[in-house]
Amino acid sequence: MFDFDWQALIASRHILAAGAWITLQVTLVAIACGVVWGTVLALCAVSAIKPLALFAKAYVALFRSIPLVMLLLWFFLIVPQLLKAVFDLSPTVDIRLVSAMVAFSMLEAAFFSEIIRAGILGLSRGQFLAARSLGMTTVQMMRYIILPQAFKAMLPILLTQCIVIFQDTSLVYVIALGDFFRNAVSLGERDGTLVQMLLFAGLVYWLICSTLSASVKLVQQRMQHD
Amino acid sequence: MSYKWNWGVLLDPVVTGENATYLEWIVHGFFITLGLTLCAWTLALVVGTVFGVMRTWPNRFGQAIGTAYVSIFRNVPLIVQFFVWYFVVPEILPAAIGDWIKGVKPNVQFFVVSVLALGMYTGSRICEQLRAGIQALPRGQRQAGLAMGFSTAQTYGHVMLPQVFRHIMPPLTSEFLIISKNSAIASTIGLLELSRQAQQLVDFTAQPYESFIVVTLAYVLLNFLILRFMAWINNRISLPGLMGH
Repeated sequence: MFDFDWQALIASRHILAAGAWITLQVTLVAIACGVVWGTVLALCAVSAIKPLALFAKAYVALFRSIPLVMLLLWFFLIVPQLLKAVFDLSPTVDIRLVSAMVAFSMLEAAFFSEIIRAGILGLSRGQFLAARSLGMTTVQMMRYIILPQAFKAMLPILLTQCIVIFQDTSLVYVIALGDFFRNAVSLGERDGTLVQMLLFAGLVYWLICSTLSASVKLVQQRMQHD
Repeated sequence: MSYKWNWGVLLDPVVTGENATYLEWIVHGFFITLGLTLCAWTLALVVGTVFGVMRTWPNRFGQAIGTAYVSIFRNVPLIVQFFVWYFVVPEILPAAIGDWIKGVKPNVQFFVVSVLALGMYTGSRICEQLRAGIQALPRGQRQAGLAMGFSTAQTYGHVMLPQVFRHIMPPLTSEFLIISKNSAIASTIGLLELSRQAQQLVDFTAQPYESFIVVTLAYVLLNFLILRFMAWINNRISLPGLMGH
């Protein structure tokens, strides 16, 4: 058995907080970019233009068949030069952080697009026909009629996916990016407190995720009452 | 970028002096990933079924345990669970057992820990799908079973579960695919599976594109094999007249 050393934990709070900030950054960027790009992909997937639909389908299939670990390694080990050229980054920027953000954004877009697509397809045909009969263009129809309803219907699933993203960001461990989990492990290895650091990290993730899951459940229940 | 493609590197002997080519390393990694996926999948099915039944069984205590299991294993990231199984569990078990575990060959430890971590994590997801499937059955099924004089266990075994498993084949298939992809996380504790071999090849050959492309394709192949396998099972167990067949 072992004794829990709270002093060591308190002493290392700054490093843990810095890691948590990285975790938060990656999560928020992945959600924001993922939803935007995912919406575009979903619109492509349901569009009548064949090449667009095909592209969206292929994109989703490709990203969903590659393990997240491989994807992160692809972006980190293989294409940093490309990323540097595209984003015109200064040499001081942490390439691991940018790789993680790009990898997560592109992957989560695939998952978000599947959710949003299901939301669009779940609407009754009358919504499309009514928008058309009011003389709306395709863009207007999607912007004002279809997407707002699709997002609302899929809200609980979208929120659950956000929790999944938050959990998945811990995988940036494989590209040595110092997120909350990686920093906890490094501290544990440095101070010989790995056991308690891992338990602490697990506890923090559990508290955050179970609180968020409970909130999503509340949202879901309130929507059913409406 | 001026990158020199050299696919021949895959057939070169490895630099570590082992009697193998790099391609053989990848094939070896593929079979480790395949074995890990199959073992973890089996464990996940068993654990998921046991806890899924417990969550719906008419017994408060069992339900509470099932709920706690799902809460813990679904709300902690998988990589954290891998590390806890590998680093923490041997420490908090009684010293004798912990020492025995640490004496086991590293490769065996990596594999067993990975099966446990993947299996218990995926089990919690299957548990939820099974619970949802059981609750979606018409109440009459359970009542009819009990009215026929079946015990609760018999009602589950002969009436409810055979229907539920047929209904949840689609989510079970995607869980199978997810487990094969999540198996790559085993590389973080040291298991030489497929994704780890890709990283090794980058280190040893300086031909990163070739090794990453081959390994990525290997994952796609694995996905395809699983889809075929599950379609075959689905075919075997589907009943005429049920679910649109």
